[in-house]
Amino acid sequence: MNASTLIDKIWSAHRVVSLGDDVDLLYIDRIFLHERTGSIALRSLADAGRQVRNPRAVFVTIDHIVETTPGRRHSSRMPGGEVFIEATRQSARAAGVTLFDSDDPRQGIVHVVSPEQGIALPGVTLVCPDSHTSTVGGLGALAWGIGSSDAEHALATQTLAMKRPPQTRVRFDGHLGSGARAKDLILYLIGQYGAAGGAGHAIEFAGSAIEALDVEGRFTLCNMAVEFGAWTGIVAPDDRTIEYVQGRTWAPGGAQWDAALAYWRTLRSDEEARFERELAIDARDVKPQVTWGTSPQQVIAIGDPVPPAPVGGGRGQEEAARRALEYMGLNPGDRLTEYPIDAAFIGSCTNSRLTDLREAAAVLRGRRVATGVRALCVPGSTVVKKAAEEEGIDRVFKDAGFEWHEAGCSMCFYAGGATFPPGSRVISSTNRPFEGRQGPGVRTHLASPATVAASAILGRIGHAGELS
Amino acid sequence: MRAFTRITGIAAPLLRANVDTDAIIPSREMKQVSKKGLAEGLFAGWRYRSPESREPDPEFVLNRQPFDRAVILLAGRNFGCGSSREHAVWALLEWGIRVIIAPSFGAIFRANCIRNGLLPVILDESDVEALTERVLQDPEGTPVTVDLVSCRVSARDIEIRFQVPPRDRQMLLEGLDPVEATLRHLPEIEAFEAADRGLRPWVQL
Repeated sequence: MNASTLIDKIWSAHRVVSLGDDVDLLYIDRIFLHERTGSIALRSLADAGRQVRNPRAVFVTIDHIVETTPGRRHSSRMPGGEVFIEATRQSARAAGVTLFDSDDPRQGIVHVVSPEQGIALPGVTLVCPDSHTSTVGGLGALAWGIGSSDAEHALATQTLAMKRPPQTRVRFDGHLGSGARAKDLILYLIGQYGAAGGAGHAIEFAGSAIEALDVEGRFTLCNMAVEFGAWTGIVAPDDRTIEYVQGRTWAPGGAQWDAALAYWRTLRSDEEARFERELAIDARDVKPQVTWGTSPQQVIAIGDPVPPAPVGGGRGQEEAARRALEYMGLNPGDRLTEYPIDAAFIGSCTNSRLTDLREAAAVLRGRRVATGVRALCVPGSTVVKKAAEEEGIDRVFKDAGFEWHEAGCSMCFYAGGATFPPGSRVISSTNRPFEGRQGPGVRTHLASPATVAASAILGRIGHAGELS
Repeated sequence: MRAFTRITGIAAPLLRANVDTDAIIPSREMKQVSKKGLAEGLFAGWRYRSPESREPDPEFVLNRQPFDRAVILLAGRNFGCGSSREHAVWALLEWGIRVIIAPSFGAIFRANCIRNGLLPVILDESDVEALTERVLQDPEGTPVTVDLVSCRVSARDIEIRFQVPPRDRQMLLEGLDPVEATLRHLPEIEAFEAADRGLRPWVQL
């Protein structure tokens, strides 16, 4: 028998029929939707007179534009956004799918909720009309983001026609550099190879630094695989994964647990398996990272100078770099540590889980946010928020001067309504420093939760190691 | 789904790398649960001097003649990266764009194009630059032809071949409804589910 990769194994287990030219009709085990792009898929399906094939495999959460200010119920932070929430609620009820409404104790950001509830499991296929669906590859699911039309297709047929993607293995070996986190690993990788470096590949993350990461760190890594241009990312399930999954609401129990466990143990790339491409990163080289530009590839170690605009590489690359410097109000050679910040944001599907909040709280404990800096923490789910409150983490954030919000996507992106003022410089634990992403004219610098917390205290961009 | 065979018209160059779907249609411009009414928000952050005024920025390529009549977009590497929002494709189509030519695309964006009859053409960066030179030569506009039947792009003195995966090409040429096409395999889907209940009982809900 030919040696197989982890992705080959999951792919083969879901092939319904080959459609020729390397295209397979793949079975989709789980479908997740949210109010921003899922509502249109459900409505469009109903308008076409079609039904959801298996409502028990479909889950809907309200996360993208729901208000997150303390005590919210059903309101939207986007002017007029209630129509999306209400349309989603009505379509979900009509289709008979499971809805985690904005006042449901299981509500939260889709990619935080799906593993938290045991809906995402090792070896399953999971899709959602949201690019960061790759997140749950962190526990060994084959999960990827799709458009609304493909969501409609998956809802109607429980399948998607997919061309088999080329595969890359990225190995991170060695102990992570001092103060560096999962977020720094993925930012470093994108910095080395570019935002299109993943080139539509399915990526398996492997190596001793990945084995040493907890499952929530692996979610952060796989979350930003899409920022690397990858089709998705995945990490082979191991003991940490099994421990993470056990006991969750939709996870198997009893005799089914044993059968599932036996299967999950087979989910790893064979020794002889071949990848189209292999990349290796020495994790010891990875220091805390921060983006300086408007693409996640425009990233440096904190304290390093902003690089000069590239010469050559085509008109497109030069124009993009020039425009990024102008938008961010920076010059080549600048040190970001000299720039004061206006705001600090901890949240998003990238970094809003309990381990992320603990990481930030460890930096914040006994300290105060610098004067003039607005700081917010938005837990990724209501479950995360409650767990953090039980540990007293909310007190640490509040005592430091952070706002403590209800769960949702919040200020990871701007949909209208309240945001940071134009021109403000924001250090953010999110995933996209795009122009205007957090609001018109807002300058976003991506970093780990620890770096965001440290910068909030310092009042300028800086890492936790700078605090005595 | 809308079919695509060939088109001749104005091509607008927007060559900066990594143009993301937030730039193509900012989230604040997605105001209704609808695939329509999105053209006004296309490139809103670049097209207008400010989000409120809606005063066109004359510097932006799609506000300049002859590119305000463009049906083809010449784009940079990794065009359409970022968010999965299909609204980016709906907005481009509603504005009038039927073809995007770029060295590479964001994977989800590219799939969304195919589903909606917008043709994504992948050409080498040097070919995109060569086409850009041609379209900038004539202030009245140089017509560019994109033909999916022969898989060729031509403008003035150049003709460049391109490739589209066979299934995508067929879907575009015939304007097939992908759900309808898949439902022809319903017996195989049912057989898969029946077998899978035995193999992976913990998965089937």
